[in-house]
Amino acid sequence: MDLSVTGAFIYFTIPVFGGIPITQTTVSSFLVAVGLIVLSLVIGRKLKKRPDGWQVLVEKGVGMLYDMVEQTMGKHNLRWAPLIGTVFLSSLCGSLIGLTGFLRSSTADLSCVMVWALAVSAICWYNGIKYNGFFGWLKGFTKPIAVMTPMNVISEIAQPVSMAFRHFGNVAGGGVITGILYLALSMLSAKILGLIAKSGVAVAIMLLALGIALLLYRKLKHSKRKLTLILGVLSAVLGLFGLLEVTGVLKGVPVLSFGIPALLSCYFDLFSGFVQAYVFTLLTMVYIGNSCPEPEQGAQE
Amino acid sequence: MNELIAEAIATAGKAIGAGLCMGIGAIGPGVGEGNAVSKALEGMARQPEAAGTLRSTMIMGCAIAETTGIYSLLIAFLILFVL
Repeated sequence: MDLSVTGAFIYFTIPVFGGIPITQTTVSSFLVAVGLIVLSLVIGRKLKKRPDGWQVLVEKGVGMLYDMVEQTMGKHNLRWAPLIGTVFLSSLCGSLIGLTGFLRSSTADLSCVMVWALAVSAICWYNGIKYNGFFGWLKGFTKPIAVMTPMNVISEIAQPVSMAFRHFGNVAGGGVITGILYLALSMLSAKILGLIAKSGVAVAIMLLALGIALLLYRKLKHSKRKLTLILGVLSAVLGLFGLLEVTGVLKGVPVLSFGIPALLSCYFDLFSGFVQAYVFTLLTMVYIGNSCPEPEQGAQE
Repeated sequence: MNELIAEAIATAGKAIGAGLCMGIGAIGPGVGEGNAVSKALEGMARQPEAAGTLRSTMIMGCAIAETTGIYSLLIAFLILFVL
């Protein structure tokens, strides 16, 4: 199988501190960051009392964000809303930037997603220490009974690992599966068209003629019509592509791998990108929300 | 000659390993998500006006249930492409 599954390609290395590699992920995540900043500046500059166009959309989005944060984390945690919005947008745009074709989605790289997950965990630890004091936070690990301490420690470590691997696995796995499908379809089209090409021009023309004949033939009973339609289209398409293959117009072009992988990437890149961004953001809210108790509660403990 | 055989055995082992890993790893999330969707559908049938929130919670739950499936997918890819 000559499918090359590569990580982020390193463009060049900054020779400081033992070589900092600038990879595709760095480039696309910087592009996402700059793009979002510029977009927010442009929209934020001319805010009008009666919003129109872009501003309506953005206001609705920010409103939804604040409602979700208030619902999930409680009213006292509304100060985290900008962070939650940033995580959501950078994860969403990070996954969707891969659709531009030449850029690699930044979330398809574990280093990018693991940094976000560790950042969220660091925030949780910081809040834990801030509200309960360092030893209070440590005592928290032996919460129900002392025997549970190793379990609590493991679950504390598993939290960022599972968040990072879930997001990375979905985005990167989707990319690999689409790559494998491209390879399979191009092999398939090489086999079929090669077969037609080897058997000569006449077969291709005959196949094409058969296809057109089947399509034009209307006097069949209704039950037979669907079958003839499918067969007609199939043979016409194969005949046409075989003809093009034989006459050298489409020499070696993997014709069958157009279109079909696009459906798959609709699921993997679009749907899964949105869902993973939503799940990552929701878990961030839940974890940070848990680590910041209500002000009165914080005072009592 | 025996390098060829060794190579063939290694490739066969990798293929079987990746297949088993993904195959068995897909059972858990499949059952879990099937359960989640069926319960969500029951809820929607009983309370159609709550369909919106039920649907989003169901999708979020399914995404979290998928995690172990994604772990086995990653391990299968590691076996296939890296090992």
